[in-house]
Amino acid sequence: MINLKINNLEVKAEEGWTVLEAAKFYGLEIPTLCYNEGLSVYGGCRLCLVEIGEGPKSKLVSSCTYPVEEGLVVRTGTKRVIEARKMMIELMLSIAPNSKAIQDLASKFGVTQVRFKIRNEECILCGLCVRMCAEQMDGRAIGFQNRGYKRKISTPFDIKSEVCRLCGGCMYICPVCQLKCQGPDADTTVCNACLTMDPTCLDYYDELQCWMYDAGRCGTCVRETPEKSDSKEQTRNSKAKEKNV
Amino acid sequence: MDADTQKVQLLITKHNTEKKALISILQDIQAEYNYLPQEALKIVSETLDVPLINIIGVATFYRSFSLQPRGKHLVTVCMGTACHVRGGPKILEEFERRLDIEAGETTKDSQFTLETVACLGCCAIGPVVVVDGNYYAQTTIRMVGPILKKYKKKEKKNEAH
Repeated sequence: MINLKINNLEVKAEEGWTVLEAAKFYGLEIPTLCYNEGLSVYGGCRLCLVEIGEGPKSKLVSSCTYPVEEGLVVRTGTKRVIEARKMMIELMLSIAPNSKAIQDLASKFGVTQVRFKIRNEECILCGLCVRMCAEQMDGRAIGFQNRGYKRKISTPFDIKSEVCRLCGGCMYICPVCQLKCQGPDADTTVCNACLTMDPTCLDYYDELQCWMYDAGRCGTCVRETPEKSDSKEQTRNSKAKEKNV
Repeated sequence: MDADTQKVQLLITKHNTEKKALISILQDIQAEYNYLPQEALKIVSETLDVPLINIIGVATFYRSFSLQPRGKHLVTVCMGTACHVRGGPKILEEFERRLDIEAGETTKDSQFTLETVACLGCCAIGPVVVVDGNYYAQTTIRMVGPILKKYKKKEKKNEAH
């Protein structure tokens, strides 16, 4: 067992865990985008940044790739972390403003403006589809090509790959190309519409949270959750978060 | 010029059919054909048991590899900061005008390929032009014509032999 401190909380983690896994185990929420439990870690989206170390020597690292160390001091909610995270969301939003996943993140973390040129590229190079194809589907049909600003994800020679089985796994996992943001003001770069709607599209409500519970549940506010267990875990997480604050 | 299976196989066996020698193999193929033909890459992928997409990733990452056929002579004009302020863009314009192609393209008779480079590391002698590995220092617009002529002449000489 490895002892470390996350947000002034003494925690124990098993060897080989990453900081993100340890934080998740204790119910601390760290936003992620390019991280998926079934795939190898990539550390590309930089949303899971946390501050490690103390004083002037502290630095930002991506928690999904950083292994836990004995005596490590991690802070997940400092001003530096929050600002870096907001900047990352803003940058991703300027590349792919139509993505619901990124718009939701923007609403959740209070990103209200985009100061960069809008590029509408519909790909943030998070590499999820590449890893999905190679690791889960054993296909290796798509991959990164070129370098720098020309970097893109495509099949060999930009034609239909001989090893592609059209399983659709790459589209399933893509945070950009599948789910489009359908907020009423989705034309603007930052929709933020979720925040004014009730219930917002950020949170799912289950029946037990209904304020008319005693009067007999009408069910109008109930949104079917994609996975029931997921939402319960979310509420538990948010409660744990409140306690820590 | 299509890739010859045997020829490519020979180049691969020269490197003991090792995965780690991928870049060396690609360099040899590039030297043989002047570019990387699609068929050759497929053969490399099958022989080395490396996914084709990984080979494409390597081949597109490095500037020295080209997936399009290149001309006989490679003209590289430096566009680094030092060469830029000393008139690199004007020299590139002159090359583009004389060869009637844009940067990154190949002439119709596949004699010349024009490319730009970010820096060659010899800023003191800028603006620099490199043709087939020969450096031309402190290039001016007036020198562009004679440089090209030299290589066109070489071509004719070779044909006469």
